[in-house]
Amino acid sequence: MNDTTQKHGSLAEEIGLPKSEYEREPVPKKSLLGFKSFIGMYAGEHCAGTELMLGPLFVACGVSAFDLLVGLLLGNLLAVLSWVFMTAPIATRARLTLYYQLEKICGRNLVTLYNLANGVMFCFLAGAMVTVSATAVGVWFDFPMPGLNDLYPNSIGWVLAVFFVGLAISIVAAYGYETVAKFANIASPWMVLVFFAFAFVAMPQLGVTSFGDFWQVAKENIWKGGDPLPGKVKFTFWHVLFWSWFCNMAMHIGMSDLSVFRFAKKSWYGVASASGMYVGHYFAWIAASMLYALQLYRDPSNTNVLPGPMAYDAAGVAGLICVIIAGWTTANPTIYRAGLAFQAVLPKQSRAKVTFITGMIATFAGMFPAIAMKLLDFVSLYGLVLMPMGAVIFVDFWLLPKLGLKSYYAELTGISFNWAAGLSWFVTLAVCLLLTWNGHVQIYFVSLPGWFVAAAIYILVSLVYQKRGAALPVREGV
Amino acid sequence: MRIILQIISWIALGLTILPSMLFCAGMMELPTVKWLMLVATIVWLGVTPFWMGREGVSSPQE
Repeated sequence: MNDTTQKHGSLAEEIGLPKSEYEREPVPKKSLLGFKSFIGMYAGEHCAGTELMLGPLFVACGVSAFDLLVGLLLGNLLAVLSWVFMTAPIATRARLTLYYQLEKICGRNLVTLYNLANGVMFCFLAGAMVTVSATAVGVWFDFPMPGLNDLYPNSIGWVLAVFFVGLAISIVAAYGYETVAKFANIASPWMVLVFFAFAFVAMPQLGVTSFGDFWQVAKENIWKGGDPLPGKVKFTFWHVLFWSWFCNMAMHIGMSDLSVFRFAKKSWYGVASASGMYVGHYFAWIAASMLYALQLYRDPSNTNVLPGPMAYDAAGVAGLICVIIAGWTTANPTIYRAGLAFQAVLPKQSRAKVTFITGMIATFAGMFPAIAMKLLDFVSLYGLVLMPMGAVIFVDFWLLPKLGLKSYYAELTGISFNWAAGLSWFVTLAVCLLLTWNGHVQIYFVSLPGWFVAAAIYILVSLVYQKRGAALPVREGV
Repeated sequence: MRIILQIISWIALGLTILPSMLFCAGMMELPTVKWLMLVATIVWLGVTPFWMGREGVSSPQE
C-alpha cells in the first residue's frame, strides 16, 4: 500500500466512505454516494472538542452579540459556498484524492513535503484536543490548571494529566483506531445535544427569562463587546466573518476535501457542509461561548478557558464525559492522519509505531497550553500553510488549459518536483507570514490576498517553467 | 430486538436535551437536570452500540 492509499484509507474509515479504493484512479459511477452520506459526515466531524475552546475565545476577544451572531452566520455561509463552488466542482470532475491530484501536478517529492507540513499541523491540532480532554481530568483531581495567557505547563498535575490522556489516545490511535472511529459515530448525536444543553442551562443563569429578552441579555451579559481580555486581540464583525470562513480553509479552499467529494454524485452536494458549519461552527460555538460568559458573569476575575470545569458546572458528570469524548474522538483521527502523513515520509516504519510516536509528540505539544489558548491564531496558521496548494490545484484545473499550458505537469513530464507549484507555495507563505509578523495584516485576513498571490505565482512561473521544460520528454498515455 | 434497542436509545437522546429545556423554562432544578443527563448519557452510550452500524441485530420474529 502506498502513501496515498493509506492516506485515503484513514479518511474513508473515519467518515464511512468506501475505504482503500480508487486511490490512483477516478471513482467510478457505481461507487458514488448520495447526499445523506455527506450530511452525516460533516455534522459529526465539525462538532468536536476544540469547539469548546473556540466559543469561549471569541468572548475573551471582546466580541459583541451582533458581530458574533451575524459574523458567524455569514462566515459559515462563505465556507459552505467555498465547498460548493471551489472544492466540489473539481472533485466531481476529476474524482481523484487530493494526494493523487497533487502528485500529478507537483511530483512525488513536493507531495512528500506537503505531507510533512500537513502532519506537523495535524500534530499540533491534536495536541490542542488532548489539552481539552485533560481539562476534564482536572475537575476530578483538582490540580492547578493553565490560565488564559499561560504558554507553559504550570503544574506537575497538569503535565501528568495531559501525559496519561495523551498516552491513552495515542495507544488507541495506533492500535484501535477503527473502534474509536465507530464509537465517534455513535457518540456524535448525543454530543451535539449536550452542546445544545449547555446553552439551555447557561441562558437562564445569565438572565434570559423569555425569548423577548434574549437580545438584551446577549448584548449586556454574554457577548458584551468592548475591550478584549488582556493578551487577546479585539474581534470585530470582520474578524468573526473571516475567521469562521477560513478556519476550515485547508479543507475547502485548500482542497483537502477533494478526497471526500470525489464520491459525490453532484457538485451541489457541497451544500452538505452546511450541516457541520451550522451545527458545529454556529450553535456549538455559541453554546460554548455562553458557558464562558456565565463563568465571567459569576466571577469576572476567572478568565480561565477550561472546557472541563465549565462543562461540569453546566451539565455535571455528563458534561465532563462530553468534554473527554469530544476531545478524544477528534484527537484520535487527527493523530492517525498525522501519523499517516509522517509515514509517507518514513515508509519503512510501521504505521502503528509512527502513529504512536506522533501521538506522543502531540501529547508533548498539548502540555503547553499556548496552542489551545491561542487556538484562533493556530487554526488561521493551519489554513494559511495549506491554502497555497489549493490555489495551485484550482489554477491547474481551470486556468492553465485556457492559457495554453499543461495541467498535471509533473505526471506529463515525469518530474518529481514541480517548481512552479513549489515556488507558489513557498513564496506565498513567506509573503503572508512576513506581512503578519511585521504587523501589516493580521493572520485572520492574510489568507484571502494570499490565495491570489499563490494563483498568480503559479501561473507566471508555469509560463516560464513549462516553456523551458518544453524539451522534457512527455510520458506516453497520460 | 433491534427496534426495542432503538426506542431506548431515542428516549435517552430525548432525555439528554429535554431536562435542560425544562430548566431553561424554569420547570426543573439544575441538580435534577445533571442527574437526568448522566442517566441519558449512560443509556445512550450503553445501548446504541448494539444497533447503530450493525445490520445483523434482529430478533427471530423480524
